[in-house]
Formats: sequence, C-alpha cells, structure tokens
Amino acid sequence: MLSIRNLSAGVENKPDILKRISLEVKAGEVHAIMGPNGSGKSTLAQVLAGHPGYIVTSGEVTYLGQDLLSLPAEERARAGLFLAFQYPVEIPGVSNAYFLKAAVNERRSRQGQEELDAIEFLQLLDEKLRVVEMDRSFVNRPVNEGFSGGEKKRNEILQMAVLEPKLAILDETDSGLDIDALKTVAQGVNRLRRPDNAMILVTHYQRLLQYVEPDRVHVLFDGQIVKSGGKELALELERKGYDWIREEVTAGEPAGSSVAR
Amino acid sequence: MSTTAKTLEALANREYKWGFVSDIEADALPPGLTEDVVHAISAKKNEPEFMLEWRLRAYRHWLKMERSAGEPKWANVTHPPIDYQQIVYYSAPKRTSDGPASLDEVDPKLLETFEKLGIPLSERKRLAGVAVDAVFDSVSVATTFKAKLAELGIIFCSFSEAVQNHPELVQKYLGSVVPYTDNFYAALNSAVFSDGSFCYIPKGVRCPMELSTYFRINAASSGQFERTLIVAEEGSYVSYLEGCTAPMRDENQLHAAVVELVALDSAQIKYSTVQNWYAGDAEGRGGIFNFVTKRGKCAGRRSKISWTQVETGSAITWKYPSVILQGDDSVGEFYSVALTANRQQADTGTKMIHIGENTRSTIISKGISAGRGNNTYRGLVKILPRAVNARNYTQCDSLLLGDRCGAHTFPYIEVGNASSIAEHEASTSKISDEQLFYCKQRGISGDNAVSIIINGFCKEVFKNLPMEFAVEATKLLGVSLEGSIG
Repeated sequence: MLSIRNLSAGVENKPDILKRISLEVKAGEVHAIMGPNGSGKSTLAQVLAGHPGYIVTSGEVTYLGQDLLSLPAEERARAGLFLAFQYPVEIPGVSNAYFLKAAVNERRSRQGQEELDAIEFLQLLDEKLRVVEMDRSFVNRPVNEGFSGGEKKRNEILQMAVLEPKLAILDETDSGLDIDALKTVAQGVNRLRRPDNAMILVTHYQRLLQYVEPDRVHVLFDGQIVKSGGKELALELERKGYDWIREEVTAGEPAGSSVAR
Repeated sequence: MSTTAKTLEALANREYKWGFVSDIEADALPPGLTEDVVHAISAKKNEPEFMLEWRLRAYRHWLKMERSAGEPKWANVTHPPIDYQQIVYYSAPKRTSDGPASLDEVDPKLLETFEKLGIPLSERKRLAGVAVDAVFDSVSVATTFKAKLAELGIIFCSFSEAVQNHPELVQKYLGSVVPYTDNFYAALNSAVFSDGSFCYIPKGVRCPMELSTYFRINAASSGQFERTLIVAEEGSYVSYLEGCTAPMRDENQLHAAVVELVALDSAQIKYSTVQNWYAGDAEGRGGIFNFVTKRGKCAGRRSKISWTQVETGSAITWKYPSVILQGDDSVGEFYSVALTANRQQADTGTKMIHIGENTRSTIISKGISAGRGNNTYRGLVKILPRAVNARNYTQCDSLLLGDRCGAHTFPYIEVGNASSIAEHEASTSKISDEQLFYCKQRGISGDNAVSIIINGFCKEVFKNLPMEFAVEATKLLGVSLEGSIG
C-alpha cells in the first residue's frame, strides 16, 4: 500500500530532519512508529500528508501505485490518505457536520459519485457516531472550537470513521488523553481496522499499544529508523527507555539502511 | 507564494457575473444639476406642490453645502473629486403608454434583464413568498403581488405611485427620519430622487411574505438616487430585502440612496441587504460609489428595527444603517458583513442613538479584507441621559486575507447616565496556512476551504438573513472565490 524509499525531508531552517527513511506498509497492517521527542515522527506524518511547510530533499514514496509526493495534499486525502492531527485546528463558526459533509461530498463528486444530501449524510454520521461512541451534540459544534484536548482527539477519530481512509496516520493521538478517553480512541481505531486498510500510529508512549495491537513497531531516532520488530519491541522500549536505543546507536549498531517492514 | 496567498490572489481577481448592459432606449435628462433639473424631475413625475417645494429646499441646502465644505471628508476612503455636473440625474426606460405599467406593458427586454439577474417578474415564474419592486435606473418598472398584499391593507408600490395615491402618508413621513439637512448625499438625494419603494403595514398586520426591492443601474454616466420609506404601524411586522447590481464600466457611477424606516408601538421591521454593485476591476478602475444614508426610528414603545447587510460590491461603500431608539423598551440591531477585495474601500458601520428608557442595541460587524481592499468599521453608540438602563453590545471582527489589505475600527461610545452599560469587543484574525492544510487534508480544495472558513466567520450575521438571502449571500462569497487553486 505504502512504500517509502530513502526519504529525506525537513523544513527550510532544518532541511535534514528525516534521513533516508525506508518503510513498507501492506494492506491490513498496523505499524507503530515510536521514538523520543524531536526524532522526526511528526515530520514523517506531515510529509506523507503533504504539508506545504515541509521540503522533501530526496527519496520517493509510492502509495497505491501512485507517486505520492507529486500529489497536492487534497488529492492525497481524496485518494484515501488520512492524518489524525496531533494539534487539530479550530475553524470558528463552521459546524463539524458542515465541515465533514463538505469533505465527503467533495471527494464523492471528484470520484464521479453522487453527493450525499443532508438526510443521507446525517444517517452516515449517526452510524459513525455509534462506532466511536460519541454524542450527536458533537457534530453541531464548530470544528474543534472550545473543545477539550480529549474532545479534539476524539473528533479526529470521528472524522476518520466518516472518511473511511485506506491509510490512516495517527500523529500522537494518544497524547494528552486520560485513560477513559484513551480507551474510547483505541476502541474506535480497532473498530476501523480492516483487512483492506492500513494504519500508522505515531506515538511516544507504549500505552496506546496496550489497546491497539500493532503488527510492526519501528523506532525512529534522530531522523532514522534504527530498529524494527514485532509488538514486543514496544514493551522492551517501555521497560528499557529510549536511552537504551541511544546507547545502541552511539555504540555503532547498524542504522536503518535496509527497508523496514 | 504560500497557498493562502495564491487562494487570496484568486479572491482578489474574482469575476463579476452581473456586469452586462441591456440595450434599452432611455428617456433621460441631459447631465448636470440645476433648479431646472429639479423642476423637470418633479414635472416628469407629475408631483404635487409639496414634493416640488421639498425638493427645491433640499437642492438649495445641497448647493450651500457644496459651495462651502463640499462632500464629507471624514470617511476613511479616497476617491477623485466627483463632478456633479457630469452626472445624469434622470434616466428611465422609454414607455409607449403613460401611467403605471402593468406587467404586460413592460418592455420584454426589461423582464429579460431581471430574469437574467435571477429576479423573474412574470406571473408564471415569480419567486414564491417574495414580493418584488424592480427598479431600473431611475424608475420602478414592476411590482409583484401588489393586489394580494392590498387585501391585507398593505401598501407596497413604487415611491412615484405612493406620491400619487397616498400623498398624505408620504408628506407625513418623508424626511421624518433622514431630513434633507442630514448630510451632503441625503440633501442631494432629496433634491433629485426619482423613485424607490414605499411600504406601509397597517396596525396589527403581520406581512405574510418578504417584501423586496431589486435595484439595477444600466445607463452609462447616470446616477441612481432612490428613496425607500417603510412605515410599520402599531403591532405590525415586515421583513424587507434589498438587492442590487450594475454593469461593468470604466467610469465610476454614483449611487446615493436614502432609506427611512418608522416603527410605531410594538412594530418590528427587519431590513436585509445584499449589496453587489459592480466593484471596479483589479486596478480599481470603475465601480459604483455607494454613498447611502439608511436610518430607522423606533418611534413607538417596544418597537424593533433590525438591519442585516452583506456588502460585497461597490468601489466605495459609505453607509451607516442606524437606529434611533426613541420609544421606551425599543430594540435596535445591526448585523453586517463587509467584503473588500481588489482596491475596494468600505467605511461602514452604524449609529445606535438611545433616547428611550430600557432601550437595547446589538452590533455585530464582520469585515473581510482581501487584495488591496480597505475595510473600516465606524460606529457610534450614544446613550442620552434620559435613556436609563440602556444596554449595548458591540462585536467587531476583522478577517485579513493577505498582507496588502487593511482593517480599521473606529468605535465611538458616549454613555450619558450611570445605569446604562455599553460593551465593545473586537478581534482581528487571518486565515492561517494551518487551517487551509487541515481542510485540504480532509480532501477539501483550497477554494472551498477559504469559502468555508469565511462562511464560518460570517455565521452570526448570515443566520439573521431570510433563507433565500442567506443562500444568495453564501453563494456570493463562494462566487468571489471562483477559479482559485484546486
């Protein structure tokens, strides 16, 4: 589904945040990308989603057979790539329902499908609200305006449920959540997990992975994937801390020149 | 260039869809303004003596103002001097017969013009639930649903007809809210106004449909000077809409209207405007100078006047729909969205004059500036000493699109007693790259994203518009963004 090869990217003032990253994600898989603060996790998420503030200096990314990097952000989204934002943006005065309807219908019309009318859309929305166990009142509030941190994150999961992405990237969706909110979010994610879609969970902590079991875990350190493994790698990290990785890397362990899978 | 900048570039270069010219033979006076012209306009309209005298008093007052201070200079707008002797003060589509035309007698080209503007006038196609008075250049060409409204005692007709058929009402209320001495453009309008709408709602009647006037300027180098007068008797209610467009021309054209509203005891008037005059091109050539005086008087107790305006057109807008809160417990409201793109300038706002006790007013103003547009909110909240327990709430928000536009706020607040409260809140914001990226990440194009964000910004105002208008206003802002990045 997603194939990243030797991707290097950054921002104008720091063009080398990601250094030759390679990663393969197949349909049906859930990958966790872990790493200490500043290791480049969010940069990877933003670059894949097409944030205009990030610059790709080399490498290529293939998504469902297309050259992902040549597509503008909105076309990536319409092709089924979804980013759950670490810091969801407020859009004052625009209701969640209106915003989501615009998103759904714009994608539908570009794909030659008929747009949903208000009633059809509300039916879809009701169904998805049940999946993520959220209140109807949620959808009439302005997008993220006045939401608590937890509400914002849950709103991202609601949007993900409505837009039914093929590849979802969740950027630190677990951060700032209390245990109940974390469980709700995890439950939503699990219910949206299907054999024909894939997810990348970007996270600092292991605790989300207690509820959402990943197929693969990768450790990002200083812009490189330095270690990949099964779900047990997350537990090991939790136990030993990132210092363990730091020591391994500085001790000259081979850094991710091979393709992480 | 950032994506925001690109999107906004497109906003600044928006197209004007209503810029066509209709080829209609006109009966016009030569350009220039003299006492003879005032006489000629009055004679063409076969007016009673009191009207001519009133016009002449207004003309002489205007002349005095023109020779001393001239046009008002305090507004935050700039334009080359207007040559009032180059303006055509009367231009009307030629008619074969005299007297008020029935719809069958109206030139098909005129009907076609209005149909093209989305205002079908013919019996078969007319808008359900909305009665329309269509004003073309200097005269009203047709008014729909007149008979049906007459059954309820509601008078809805062109100003000219009101002067003929209801002179006592015209004489009683004309200039009672906006006297001809009020300001330079009000004086000019009073001298030369040629038509407009008149509306009278009798005691206790709730007008069952929206009343509306659609103003169209067509003739070149003509000015439009119309007058609207709405009187709501005790306990009555009316919702009134106003729309306007003009052809695209390289010269500026002057539109100096006066609107007067009178609400008696417990009466309510809701007045909504979607102003879409031609705004001029990207370099600021052409466009309408929209210098308008709009004022309502809450003359009776518990009366209410509510202004809602969406100002998207005109090269320059100079307009302050105001409310004089004379009756005790009366309520005044002003909801405004003003968009300035290209080199448009708007100096707009309101005046709330609290005279009666327990009077309340609300002001919600949303200014959007794009391109090199310059947007000014100017408002006066004046609470007189006898207006005890008066309340005002004002909220002024500005949205800046790009870095070459301007937003200014000039609130004046005068509170004359200790029991009254005036609140003022203001904010200035920009559409951020992060907001745009968030929308795009959900598959929404840049054009739609900006449109959605602007609509959200304007929501508090749009929700006060009648349904048909809310849709039109939303579309208008949407159209403004056509051809942007995708």
